[in-house]
Amino acid sequence: MILDGKCPKGPIQTSWDRHRFDLKLVNPANKRKYKVLVVGTGLAGGAAAATLGELGYNVEAFCYQDSARRAHSIAAQGGINAAKNYPNDGDSIYRLFYDTIKGGDFRAREADVWRLAQVSNNIIDQCVAQGVPFARDYAGYLDNRSFGGAQVSRTFYARGQTGQQLLLGAYSALSRQVKAGTVKLFARTEMLDLVVVDGEAKGITIRDLITGEIRTHVGDAVVLCTGGYVNVFYLSTNAMGCSVTANWRAHKKGAFFANPCYTQIHPTCIPQHGEHQSKLTLMSESLRNDGRCWAPKKKGDNRHPNDIPEDERDYYLERKYPSFGNLAPRDIASRAAKEQCDDGRGVGPGGRGVNLDFSDAIKRVGEHTIRERYGNLFEMYEKITDENAYKQPMRMYPAPHYSMGGLWVDYNCESNVPGLFVLGEANFSVHGANRLGASALMQGLADGYFVIPYTIANYLAKTKPGAVKEDHPECKKSVEDVKSYNNRLLNINGKKTVSEFHRELGKIMWENVGMARSEETLKDAIKRIPALREEFWKNVKVTGKGEELNQQLENAGRVADFLEFGELMAKDALHRNESCGGHFRVEHQMPDGEAKRDDENYCYVGAWEFKGVDKEPELHKEPLTFENVHLAVRSYK
Amino acid sequence: MNLTLHVWRQSGPNQPGKLEQYDAKNVSPDQSFLEMLDEVNEQLIKEGKDPIVFDHDCREGICGMCSQVINGVPHGGQERTTVCQLHMRNFSDGDTIYIEPWRALAFPVIRDLIVDRSGLEKIMQAGGYTSCHTGGVADGNAILVPKVDADYAMDAAECIGCGACVAACPNGSAMLYTSAKVAQLAALPQGKAEAAQRVCAMTDAMQEAGFGNCSNHYECQAACPKGINVKFIARLNREYQKALFK
Repeated sequence: MILDGKCPKGPIQTSWDRHRFDLKLVNPANKRKYKVLVVGTGLAGGAAAATLGELGYNVEAFCYQDSARRAHSIAAQGGINAAKNYPNDGDSIYRLFYDTIKGGDFRAREADVWRLAQVSNNIIDQCVAQGVPFARDYAGYLDNRSFGGAQVSRTFYARGQTGQQLLLGAYSALSRQVKAGTVKLFARTEMLDLVVVDGEAKGITIRDLITGEIRTHVGDAVVLCTGGYVNVFYLSTNAMGCSVTANWRAHKKGAFFANPCYTQIHPTCIPQHGEHQSKLTLMSESLRNDGRCWAPKKKGDNRHPNDIPEDERDYYLERKYPSFGNLAPRDIASRAAKEQCDDGRGVGPGGRGVNLDFSDAIKRVGEHTIRERYGNLFEMYEKITDENAYKQPMRMYPAPHYSMGGLWVDYNCESNVPGLFVLGEANFSVHGANRLGASALMQGLADGYFVIPYTIANYLAKTKPGAVKEDHPECKKSVEDVKSYNNRLLNINGKKTVSEFHRELGKIMWENVGMARSEETLKDAIKRIPALREEFWKNVKVTGKGEELNQQLENAGRVADFLEFGELMAKDALHRNESCGGHFRVEHQMPDGEAKRDDENYCYVGAWEFKGVDKEPELHKEPLTFENVHLAVRSYK
Repeated sequence: MNLTLHVWRQSGPNQPGKLEQYDAKNVSPDQSFLEMLDEVNEQLIKEGKDPIVFDHDCREGICGMCSQVINGVPHGGQERTTVCQLHMRNFSDGDTIYIEPWRALAFPVIRDLIVDRSGLEKIMQAGGYTSCHTGGVADGNAILVPKVDADYAMDAAECIGCGACVAACPNGSAMLYTSAKVAQLAALPQGKAEAAQRVCAMTDAMQEAGFGNCSNHYECQAACPKGINVKFIARLNREYQKALFK
């Protein structure tokens, strides 16, 4: 099937404005007749639930944490992009649009990206009005800094906790609506199934994580804001509870999964220290504003970094990409770091690390200024590594961080299942094959505050409110299915723990479907993942019962989904016989090691249809056309 | 290193709880405290026993989910550190460690180390926001915010809502938590308009949710993993007094 993104035709500059006018509206008196279910309360979900509640819809919002304020958007550090051009350095909506398309290695839809760039400015205004304490200069104006993949300073920030502050802004708007009675919040619940009635999304089945109760909530539309899937690698910068479960269960009910192989490996994370580590910690990209990446020129140079003289250091990003230098985009900076380590010039235990050095910046602007800019990051680094980065370079290594792929959506953020909308990291739409820094926060809030309020009305206006009730046979069936699935997990009573399986899967994924992929490693993964999955269903041990708080059962369900999803990810990576952005196939590279795209054959979105576990998924394509940015080799030299 | 743990086990809100003893063996100093507990749990699962349940999520000290009292101190006593960022190098071989949930009237235990913190939500819902609508707001630079005010607001806004301040307070008060939001919004022009209603509504909600009052022990500041300063409580009191005349 050829998929249609339903993007507006005509000049891109006015595309969103014309489209908004063409969308149907729901009149204020009718809005309260509709119920919308929003799953996830991060930037996308929190913003969407608050805004839809304010408009007058009945909203039910769900999150697995004990509070809506804890979604993993909170961990984003560096900042949020907007085309305000406050610094007068040449920024514009067009430039943000261009940088994002190019940064995504020409694998995103033009119209979606244009809209994102256009509403980026409204986001900053909105957050300021909510009381988000963005950094200000001495005159009281908003301050900016630079991020990777851009030559302008367009990133707004709140110390090293921008994600936290933006999320708390959305959470405050959400709290206001809870008080007003328009939003009902269901914390400590996890979505385990999508209810589809006559081909349309009309409800979700959730598990109450405290009592273990499994029940269905029905609504007139479902909005998934359930984040990304890089915990498939086991070790990642995601929170422990982040999973593909909501998206995967929706996928099994018919929603197409687009570009699952596009995963972002972030260049600056604290290297792994041991076998029993549970997660990796990111150090903000903003550090590359002042930190210089280098590796020793000599192989196996074990001297203390401060003892290695200047002329024996290789500032590899500055050498390879003189015009962007240390602010090269993430996929490129990650591969460059790996290249140094593969060449035997890595630092730290096992040689899996490069230096991020602040000594020049400290000499230039003083330790005080560096502390003011990144104090909390340096503190966090010291807690984890026991090293003082004011005195010696940080050690960094790339780690799984973000997923550009996600459920397929059209221009209205609606999936191929009518009534199922997908926002933020959970969808695939704007980042192409690589996301630029400070763009995830922008997308989450754009979708939640400024896209879904318009587009969901277009769907709701065509549906009869309250058509499906809790006693509908599909709801009952869904509850029974979830119960029996969980019972299966509880009754295996094997010998290996859920974490052991997760760790094994992570190892397969990282080695075979990680930063560098080849036909051989991918085929190997496609062979080994189903075998591991089979073993899981025979030999996993989940203690406790279903009708109680049971963290083992929660994790077992998530890992079971990763064991199916991982295979699709490998298949997508194998089918995409080119390199682009974060998807690097070693067979396809330029003589200098850069990613080599194949626009003739792969300039499309690959969206997969679920056909059953152990069955071949079916590929559907949405061709990508570029009318405003010319397809070109992506260069940061 | 090898450690002896005494961990609070309680099967439900209305069940009696008690400290149970466990051994943590071959603990690496580079492990985090929660990773050490993960290993203990792996062992328990293999033995067919119920693992210790505890709240945790981001494991990088920002989500505010983790909540354990370690050797009598919320978050374990390392300055400005959450449990998930506490590393085992702060302990020594042979140590005995006591691990308990947050203890406060307003935080009933749900199970083991997990408590119900929904009282904190009620406080936020009472007024922890500016009543702006989505869309139709002024340009971000239309209203200037002096840098000192923005920095002050940010100092307060760093609160992660973990509830350690409540657990540390002899009165079980949520005053530091409440004051951080009151002060942040009162310091900014965008929040000033509603400052009086906000401080009254939030302190009322705090009392209704079963939190105690502040009697200046300052244990909250000492326990706060983000170093939120008690000066914000003074600000809350000032805002409250001002509100009485409105």
